[in-house]
Amino acid sequence: MTALTGTRRLARLVLRRDRIRLVIWVLGTPLLGYALAGSVAGIYPDEAARQGYATTSASSLVARAFNGPIAGTDVGAVVVAETYVTLALIVALLSTFAVTRHTRQNEETGRAELLGASVVGRYAPLTAALLVVVAANLAAAALLAVALTGAGLPLAGSVAAAGAVGGVGVAFTGVAAVTAQVSVTSRGANALAAAVVGLSFVLRAAGDVLGDTSADGTRVESGWPSWLSPLGWGNQVRAFGGERWWVLALPVALLLAGVALAYALAERRDQGAGLVAPRPKPATGAAWLLSPAGLAWRMQRGTLLGWAVGIAVLGVSMGVAADEFNAMIEQNPAAAEAINAMGGGADLVDAYLAAMLGLFALTIGAYVVQALLRIRGDEADGVLEAALATAVSRTRWLGTQVLAAALGTLALLLLAGLTTGLGYGLVTGDPLGEAIALGGAALLRLPALLVVAGVVTALFGLLPRRSVVLSWTALLVFLLLGQLGAVLELPQAALNVSPYTHVPSVPAVDPAVLPLVLLAGVAAALLTVGVTAFRHRDVPS
Amino acid sequence: MPVISIDNLVKTFGGIRALDGLDLRVEAGEVHGFLGPNGSGKSTTIRILLGLLRHDSGEARVLGADPWRDAVRLHRRLAYVPGDVSLWPNLSGGEAIDLFGELRGGLDRRRRDELLQRFDLDPTRGCRTYSKGNRQKVAIVAAFSSNVELYVLDEPTSGLDPLMEAVFQDEVRRIKQAGATVLLSSHVLAEVEALCDRVSIIREGRTVESGSLAELRHLTRTAVIVETARPVTGLDALPGVHDVREVDGRTHLEVEPAHLDELLGQLIRFGVRALTSTPPTLEQLFLRHYGDERVAADDPESAEAQRAGTR
Repeated sequence: MTALTGTRRLARLVLRRDRIRLVIWVLGTPLLGYALAGSVAGIYPDEAARQGYATTSASSLVARAFNGPIAGTDVGAVVVAETYVTLALIVALLSTFAVTRHTRQNEETGRAELLGASVVGRYAPLTAALLVVVAANLAAAALLAVALTGAGLPLAGSVAAAGAVGGVGVAFTGVAAVTAQVSVTSRGANALAAAVVGLSFVLRAAGDVLGDTSADGTRVESGWPSWLSPLGWGNQVRAFGGERWWVLALPVALLLAGVALAYALAERRDQGAGLVAPRPKPATGAAWLLSPAGLAWRMQRGTLLGWAVGIAVLGVSMGVAADEFNAMIEQNPAAAEAINAMGGGADLVDAYLAAMLGLFALTIGAYVVQALLRIRGDEADGVLEAALATAVSRTRWLGTQVLAAALGTLALLLLAGLTTGLGYGLVTGDPLGEAIALGGAALLRLPALLVVAGVVTALFGLLPRRSVVLSWTALLVFLLLGQLGAVLELPQAALNVSPYTHVPSVPAVDPAVLPLVLLAGVAAALLTVGVTAFRHRDVPS
Repeated sequence: MPVISIDNLVKTFGGIRALDGLDLRVEAGEVHGFLGPNGSGKSTTIRILLGLLRHDSGEARVLGADPWRDAVRLHRRLAYVPGDVSLWPNLSGGEAIDLFGELRGGLDRRRRDELLQRFDLDPTRGCRTYSKGNRQKVAIVAAFSSNVELYVLDEPTSGLDPLMEAVFQDEVRRIKQAGATVLLSSHVLAEVEALCDRVSIIREGRTVESGSLAELRHLTRTAVIVETARPVTGLDALPGVHDVREVDGRTHLEVEPAHLDELLGQLIRFGVRALTSTPPTLEQLFLRHYGDERVAADDPESAEAQRAGTR
């Protein structure tokens, strides 16, 4: 079949380009799984502890929404509940980004044109990318199964759990194959695929919340929305709780359907084109656009709007769930005690709300990194050079980008607080009061996010070539320290590396001024370093 | 005072010496051709002149100021067209032109619209959809619709069709007439011959030739191919005649322009049947420069022999 000519060669190219990424992915996921399984097993050593965990997880709608449906009292079931959603999200995003990187990004940069003119079939680039990404998922899953068994979990359950995680990667490989055909830009293709991941999360959460609890109270049978979600399928495999192997066929089916659709779309479109025809744009620049600030706004507004919609939806749902959480605690004193121990605050709902705001702050960190790395993209493209050849100083150019990102962060944080407060207030009867209170509490996270901005800016100034990888790595480290640091029982010195560790957990505790001032000081120092380094280095470099 | 003056400029990237003692002088009001093969350091020089790169040693002055320290002030007085224009993909061409103009401190709207028409550029299309030539046009229109003293053009016509190339040459003449100075880096030697008052040729980060086209021509030889009734003799004794060879019964030789007259006097005695004389084009000049030196550089023995010969 000539349409596939050159696939093997291109697959080797993909392997060569991603040799480091793939190794980190294929080895990192099992290692993370191994570490998490070991520490969870340590926290819930006996049947009684796991019984308590399972009944709490099954009765708490919040736990169902975030951890998925619990599948019994086996150690493995607890490990799955604690880790599956995190691993699945990581694998889903890694798979989509990898597919986009080797398909749409090549078309966007024009590399695909050069390849397409050589002895390479029409479907070869897409096929090569899919083969490598699917193979990476399978390899990571196989190693994860070994790792879970090695951590002392039963073999069948380990294989099922690893298959569930791998299945998510395989399913989203199929999704990304399609989104790479639809959008003209790799950014757009990734955003579309990430939106599908988000939708899957919401469907799964809804289905798991709507599900029924078993008679003994240690298992949850998810509602129908979970079956519409590729993220949900992994839970439906029910690893360690009476495995349903046939569910693993669903991601494979989605992959095949996605690949078929992607091939059909690739057949119908021109190289470099998407499915939406371009419309005429303004012939002249509006007055507001014609300055560094105007340009920054123009570049950011689409991204900001997407983030705002996502955060508003999530905020209101979290807020509404807070009251449900309250009701659950009243019914279940045992759960209340468990969560009290985890949250540490006096008021459990406040602890919950503080945890939600912390999660928002972590997520918005991704916006900060994304927004600030745009300038590095501009530098790599060569457009920064043209911009700096005009009468705009480097300090003003970079300063404007930082300011725009900071204002965007402020707006998103405020929105997260307001919508969470609104959702909570709507049920308790004081929407305005709660919105204002949580809006204010959310803003206390700003200094930590400014530190993230400072890290990215400093990296851009000092190590421009490495800034993209290092910035995302830094954020990932902060995320892992925040989410898993406690589970892994890391020393406080390690946890202190993350700026998020130092944020007072308002409203669970009273705000403290000193850590916020110190964070702001660190942010200012990092930003100064970044701007100064940028002023004194070569552009482009 | 020269508009651009560069003395003994050195710039290294890691271990690579991109500029190795480069000199360049561009006088006010002239169109100065800046020539050199790929990788010889043209774009690096231009980026230093724009204050984007910082030089290691030597001196660079633009409009009497330091391009690194006074970058912003200088950029109000100059316009730049890069060789490989990249634009913000989600802006339209018109928006990009206006943005560059405004960031530079204002642009002439009437000129802008006129240039869009002359270059036949649709400003409503997204920059993402432009071909290389159209992206180049965006940068050219943005530069030429601002009234500045100095235009720095780095291979500005790469990707333009011959029609647009002609429009570009008209526009360069117009800004020259208005009194502006132009530094034009180019590989299109016909364009340089048509536009430039003086040229500098660089190689491996050094200036190897600089002067007016007439001066440079004077340094090069005219190639002559002559067919005569009787075999030609005595050519070696003539001043300024080089490389005499017999090929298929015709005599090939090269002669310095100043000695053309003596050569013709000698040839006439042998019964000239056919004669072609090729005056040196810039291209020959360029190729000769690189061709010769490259041979010498590639072959250490012959380079050694040359050195021995001059001793």
